[in-house]
Amino acid sequence: MNASTGAGGGAAVRPKAITGVAADSSAPESGARTIWRRFARHRLAVAGLIVTALLILTAILAPYLTPHSPYAVTASFSAAPSADHWLGTDPVGRDVLSRLIAASRVSLLVGFSTVALYMTFGTLVGLISGYAGGWLDSAVMRITDMFMAFPFLMVILVVVSALGAGLSTLIWVLALFSWPAVARLVRSSVLSIKRLDYVRAGVALGLGTPRILFGHILPNALGPIIVNATFGVASAIVSEAGLSFLGMGVQPPTASWGNMLTDAQSLTVLTEQPWLWVPAGSMLLVTVLAINFVGDGLRDALDPKQ
Amino acid sequence: MFPYLLRRLLIAIPVLLGITVINFVIMKLAPGNPVEMLIDPNTPPELIEAKKQMLGLHSPAYVQYFKWLQGLAHGQLGYSFSSYAPVSHLIGERIGPTLLLAFAALFAGLLVALPVGIFSATRRNTRFDYLMTGLSFVGTSIPPFFLGLGLIYVFALKLGWLPPGGMRDLNGGGGLGDTLLHLLLPATVLAVAIVGKKIRYVRASMLDVLKQDYLRTARAKGAREFAVIYRHALRNALLPILTVFGSEIPLLLGGSILIEQIFQWPGIGQLAMQSILSRDYPTLMALNLVAAAVVLATNLLVDLLYSAADPRVRYDA
Repeated sequence: MNASTGAGGGAAVRPKAITGVAADSSAPESGARTIWRRFARHRLAVAGLIVTALLILTAILAPYLTPHSPYAVTASFSAAPSADHWLGTDPVGRDVLSRLIAASRVSLLVGFSTVALYMTFGTLVGLISGYAGGWLDSAVMRITDMFMAFPFLMVILVVVSALGAGLSTLIWVLALFSWPAVARLVRSSVLSIKRLDYVRAGVALGLGTPRILFGHILPNALGPIIVNATFGVASAIVSEAGLSFLGMGVQPPTASWGNMLTDAQSLTVLTEQPWLWVPAGSMLLVTVLAINFVGDGLRDALDPKQ
Repeated sequence: MFPYLLRRLLIAIPVLLGITVINFVIMKLAPGNPVEMLIDPNTPPELIEAKKQMLGLHSPAYVQYFKWLQGLAHGQLGYSFSSYAPVSHLIGERIGPTLLLAFAALFAGLLVALPVGIFSATRRNTRFDYLMTGLSFVGTSIPPFFLGLGLIYVFALKLGWLPPGGMRDLNGGGGLGDTLLHLLLPATVLAVAIVGKKIRYVRASMLDVLKQDYLRTARAKGAREFAVIYRHALRNALLPILTVFGSEIPLLLGGSILIEQIFQWPGIGQLAMQSILSRDYPTLMALNLVAAAVVLATNLLVDLLYSAADPRVRYDA
């Protein structure tokens, strides 16, 4: 469940800049427009993008969309769906639909903030390591080896339980064990980009290292980074759900799709009260699928080899 | 070959040491100390103090680390806080079922992903290809524990064909067939994620090989399409495919924790979960370490196999 969801997504390095830098007016098409056109060819990717946008909207507007308070306890426990409670109530008597909507916030928050954290750090480390080379590069690569040797979910579970479960702990720990894969991806892009003529020309011109790294190398390594980040959001959401499912992630009463599924470990809930677990699981599946489709569309759009 | 092997082994040593450091730091983060967990709260404070002295809890962290490392070097993984049994025993009891589950899933994954991936590549952009690529996406996207719950619901509770959990029937049960029956659902869940990812990998690496000049040569000399694909192309595509399957091991070990919990499978994932709930840190520390060492060893083995089959990799990096 690490960022390698993109199977075989090696670090393809593109010779052309993929960020549309203000093309002059005579140019037939800007970079961004080309990317969008390639992306839009992918019907599933566009559908994924629409679903993702709706989910983000739901998460932002959650307090206005919930029919009941996600924390309000009613007198009916584990009640079947009814006109008042469309998806029934949970064993504590809270409205399942409201909790489902509230939980979208948690999932997207974890997904996006985890990825923002480890992408930033991993990209920085990869850039410096790949550009510097030598002993620094070897040392950094050995450190990534160490972090990547731990079985992902297991080590995260152990660290979270040692630190005490909670939303921000979860985000930091997921990021702590996710950056190495990004660092390696970025490093391998940098290794081939730094040999290109235009980078060497920059060095010959006497440009400072930060300017070469961020102005010349990074923009050309951005494609795989963006694709990886997209898949990363999906896998962070699944990891959060898995940990919350085991009771080591987001703690009740805060709703999370993962901890809403926890009750289904009992066979009676599983067989007789499907409204307690099917909606949360389905939301999770739809979210992850939508984000992964976007990632796949982006991979095709950002990869000129296609 | 030998210099390559030596270099890889020399690199593995500092990495292994780094893993022990990370592991030690994680355990130091945990609140409380082992003595307070070991003995009941009514023990007089002098006794606790003496015990702390004995265990060396007052010495600086690095001294504790080296003591722990020294024990490890002698094969001592420590004692469980909750059952007082040697941790090596506990892991020894549990590792078998986990490996059985992991390899069953890996084997099933290979068995499905290989032919489907090859078919998708040779029938590129057909309806079959689109369907399989789409399904592979669903496979990678479905959260394993949700799939697990769904499978238990359908096959164990509604249809009653398969047991909902455990590794063998409680009332005696029978041997191998019984275990295989229990293995079917959890292994399927783990295999689905693998198949989803690998179909696309097999497809991509077959497409890569299909573009090569030597396949055009094979066709030009009049080889049948079947021979071109299964003799010339597959042989060249297979190597990277097999090594990528090897790289699934860390994910399988990590993922087993959820699957074993759902299916009550008596492996190390369940041991880890029990140890987390009872704050049994020596067991957790050992589990993490053993798992990381297994991963490191597998990676090394995969790299060596690869370099034996394709000598070019020895000259890179």
